[in-house]
Amino acid sequence: MSEHILLPEGSIEKQTTTLNLGPTHPATHGVFQNILELDGERILKSTSTIGYIHRAFEKIAERRPLYQITPLTDRLNYCSSPINNMGWHLTCEKLLGIKTPKRVDYLRVIIMELARIADHLICNSIVGVDTGAFTGFLYVMQYRELIYEIYEEICGSRLTTTIGRIGGFERNFTPAAFKKLEKFLKEYPLVLKEFENLFTRNRIFMDRTIGCGPIAAERALNYGFTGPNLRAAGVDYDVRVHTPYSSYEDFDFIIPVGTTGDCYDRFLVRNEEMWQSLSIIEQAYQKVQEFKGAEAEVYHADTPAYYLPEKKDVYTKMEALIYHFKIVMGETAIPEGEVYSAVEGANGELGFYLISDGGRTPYRLHFRRPCFIYYQAFEELVKGGMLSDAVITMSSLNLIAGEMDA
Amino acid sequence: MTNDTIKLKLTDKFGDALTDWQEPYGMLTFTAPKELNLKVLQFLFDDTELKFQFLTDLQAVHYPHRKGEELAVVYHLHNLVDNVRIRLKVFADIQKPDVFSATALYRSANHMERETYDFFGVNFIGHPNLVRILNVDEMDYFPMRKQYPVEDQLRIDKDDEMFGR
Repeated sequence: MSEHILLPEGSIEKQTTTLNLGPTHPATHGVFQNILELDGERILKSTSTIGYIHRAFEKIAERRPLYQITPLTDRLNYCSSPINNMGWHLTCEKLLGIKTPKRVDYLRVIIMELARIADHLICNSIVGVDTGAFTGFLYVMQYRELIYEIYEEICGSRLTTTIGRIGGFERNFTPAAFKKLEKFLKEYPLVLKEFENLFTRNRIFMDRTIGCGPIAAERALNYGFTGPNLRAAGVDYDVRVHTPYSSYEDFDFIIPVGTTGDCYDRFLVRNEEMWQSLSIIEQAYQKVQEFKGAEAEVYHADTPAYYLPEKKDVYTKMEALIYHFKIVMGETAIPEGEVYSAVEGANGELGFYLISDGGRTPYRLHFRRPCFIYYQAFEELVKGGMLSDAVITMSSLNLIAGEMDA
Repeated sequence: MTNDTIKLKLTDKFGDALTDWQEPYGMLTFTAPKELNLKVLQFLFDDTELKFQFLTDLQAVHYPHRKGEELAVVYHLHNLVDNVRIRLKVFADIQKPDVFSATALYRSANHMERETYDFFGVNFIGHPNLVRILNVDEMDYFPMRKQYPVEDQLRIDKDDEMFGR
């Protein structure tokens, strides 16, 4: 006759296993924690903890003049910082009422689409790595390198770019930058094609990703999904089309959508978006080349009060010196206003909500970070699935810790 | 659908309860009494013509000079069908910052309300799990409120020879 043994709470002999996926687990690709309750390999419950790299950007921004906030935006989604930078510049321009010349818009579009390719490239190849295909990741990495070299040619830095300024770019694109862009446009399609050949109809990859972490369209909308993840669920919402900014209305491209919103659809949507981005870059580059004479030298709007003047002018011209001093010392007042402006970031709608009370710094600045919002769905997406599926769901959602924690 | 028709529909339903109508940079902005926030959100969600079913953003702003309504909770709503955005504000007293939670209507409000609580201390009634999200759990103040400066430049308790403080 044996008696029932009552196990105390948290005893090692309980029926389920608790597993900490993160904060520094190779599978999270970032610093955040998922506490999983496992029955064998099945996930019963998942609880997420974020905030490990919270840097109080919104608070810091309240003490900084507009141009000093650009480096903060770099560190949101650091896989595609140029989009964040441009989003911030566009917000400022909307508040200040600055109209940028067409050439600047097109140059910005080139940079933003390059950043989108770089971001999707990482995300898709990481899904590959998590499903066991390391080759694709290493192979496309050299083309991300090419993109970074183009950034470097324009702004001098690679990852956290701080590219451009309010009103345009810090300098005109050099011939070397265009040459690198041409090289990229020539070589990349072949590589992307090969990358697709490796994955898209790969039996192992398909078996692994189809039906993994799916979400229905209505559910995705309720969870606040935007970007490729929402489009994979079948909703054709894209900020570039719905609220065109930076002259996106001049370009001809399609929005790819999926049907089931699973990992495979998300992968396909990102892949197709890369092709669309390539086509947009080609169109933009063509438009840029059509500018002749003085127009071909335009790289910023004429807003001396906010656009930092060129250094050689600062040393030789009175006005430039005054504006330089005023801008650098943060003595330019921002007009009173309240503005929300959004761009299509690489993983969703990246919004900036800026309130100015007429002072020199924003009264309040809020970043609408797409991945912070759609990460809530992760608990539901992985529930009942296998542990290994949770890992690829995580990577295919494109969760960037820097953006989640701001 | 224009801002005028939205305004007309809302005033038909709620009368004078909604105030402070503005259109900064083309976005219709208005204020609702905090007891009505859920009713307004629900109406905007359910109405067959308005269909504001996407919660883009939710955050708070601290206005220390507005006595009795220091904290503003701001909702950005989006009608994806007609592509119209509106902004709804709700003001709460900082002594008793109770606002009804929108989590039942929008699942996306969960993290956003936690973040708002974390930084401003807005107490969302009905939220399933209102705990800090980005800051440490031990924190006993709400850092985004205006009385907390980023850093006191004159502080002397920090000995930092490397950066010359």
